[in-house]
Amino acid sequence: MTKPIFQLKNVTKTVNTGTPEELNILDHLNLDIYDGDFITVLGSNGAGKSTLFNSITGNITPTSGDVIYKNSKINKMSVVKRTKFLSRVFQDPKLGTAPRMTVAENLLLAEKRGEHRLFNLRGLKKQIPLFKKITAKMNNSLDKRLNTPTGNLSGGQRQALSFLMATIKRPDILLLDEHTAALDPNTSEKLMKITNDTITDEKLTCLMITHQLEDALKYGNRLIVLHKGTIAYDFNSDEKKKLSKEDLYKFFSEK
Amino acid sequence: MSILVSAIGQGLLWGIIGVGLFLTFRILDFPDMTVEGTFPMGAATAVTAIAHGVSPLNATILAFIVGCLAGLVTGLLYTKAKIPVLLAGILVMTASYSIDLRIMGKPNQSLLGLKTLFNSPLFAKLPPYFDSIFIGILIVAIIIAILIYFLQTNLGQSFIATGDNEAMAQSLGINTDNMKIMGVSVSNGLIALGGALIAQNNGYSDVNMGIGIIVVALASIIIGEVIFGNLTMNQRLVAVILGSIIYRIILMIVLQLGFNANDFNLISSVILALFMSLPILEKKYNLKRIIQRGLK
Repeated sequence: MTKPIFQLKNVTKTVNTGTPEELNILDHLNLDIYDGDFITVLGSNGAGKSTLFNSITGNITPTSGDVIYKNSKINKMSVVKRTKFLSRVFQDPKLGTAPRMTVAENLLLAEKRGEHRLFNLRGLKKQIPLFKKITAKMNNSLDKRLNTPTGNLSGGQRQALSFLMATIKRPDILLLDEHTAALDPNTSEKLMKITNDTITDEKLTCLMITHQLEDALKYGNRLIVLHKGTIAYDFNSDEKKKLSKEDLYKFFSEK
Repeated sequence: MSILVSAIGQGLLWGIIGVGLFLTFRILDFPDMTVEGTFPMGAATAVTAIAHGVSPLNATILAFIVGCLAGLVTGLLYTKAKIPVLLAGILVMTASYSIDLRIMGKPNQSLLGLKTLFNSPLFAKLPPYFDSIFIGILIVAIIIAILIYFLQTNLGQSFIATGDNEAMAQSLGINTDNMKIMGVSVSNGLIALGGALIAQNNGYSDVNMGIGIIVVALASIIIGEVIFGNLTMNQRLVAVILGSIIYRIILMIVLQLGFNANDFNLISSVILALFMSLPILEKKYNLKRIIQRGLK
């Protein structure tokens, strides 16, 4: 058995400590992420999906428990340091890109994710052919708007760009936080397909939060259901194939 | 004519203040009140140093360093002590008043009979006021060239990204706290440098010379933006300088109308308010068409 690349061990996050509203938004959660996992994450509102992501990225420090990356404890490692191996796409198209910078400038920033940035010239022109090539794959005329400030793009184009930015430099773990939720059904489906192709082709390790049960079943090779801050179900590839939408509905109504 | 030349020279020197504030106000996207303190601090530092026999050039460089340090304090209060940036700036601004008095040992200091950058024998042959244009252009060109280069570097791009979208910048591994500290320091360094130059040009330094500086600096930025419209980052830096010159010319015209120097801060605020409300007024009353029709 291979070793997991990322582990959450007994992770608990308590909020409002010492008040009547004291709550464990993560409650002794255990999760092992293996190289090549494409995990879809389901859970009702307040189940702890976002908190799970935030404890992986370091935006939240667990109250107790350990965060382990490739066998070393990184409980206190900063958000900025974790970007060396992590990248994420936010739900809100506005969050993933810098609005006053152009598409090409955004991609250039993303290409250097987690690296030291010093007084060397950025060398934008050299990268344009590469940027043209990868943006053309998105099939939404992003490649013709490399010099447009991202603030002028549509939500779909911005989200596609955010996805490119998260994958242009290969991450060890890619976190997708309902990245197609703010888009219209057509655009959303297109981006979901590109997402799946990229993850499969490049064998990326990925966690994807979604509220679309079809997407959760259709994509990925592992499915977890969060409930009250802990993992209620964890289906591997074979179990996942046997699941139906009705089964998933049942899990939600049982709780 | 000589009034116009003087206005252009003043505009160039004050443009440095505008460019300094541009780094925080437009790029990092927050208002930094420290500038009201670092401007007289730069003036006090340079003038006192010159009075103690330091060469004008070294005194000016010293003012830049002192301004950077004051900005550094604001940056640390803001990012590390988590004090809201407006308050952090006001704290340093207030403290700097006492520091300026300590530096000069008295509320004001004259440069009468002392060497400054402007009365160097090099400019003796120039017509009056051309010294400030000469030095202004030289220093503005150096500052803008360095800034343009810096903004094209990987560090500069991270600096812009921090102001544009902090959450994104962090998710790409940019230490946004460091970017803000760097920005506030350099910004205040430039403003102190401007203070040092303006004090040398005026021939004195006064602890109260900082009042209203932020309005003057904002006026340069806003006038440049309103008049020149959509520009690239590099062009915007030049637009600030031009905005500053235009502001000085407007001010000169207003003063010619019979207002006196005591009305200065009132006029500054009115000019800034006018330019800031121009886009709204333009939308409402379609000013451009009215002006165009009037010209036909």
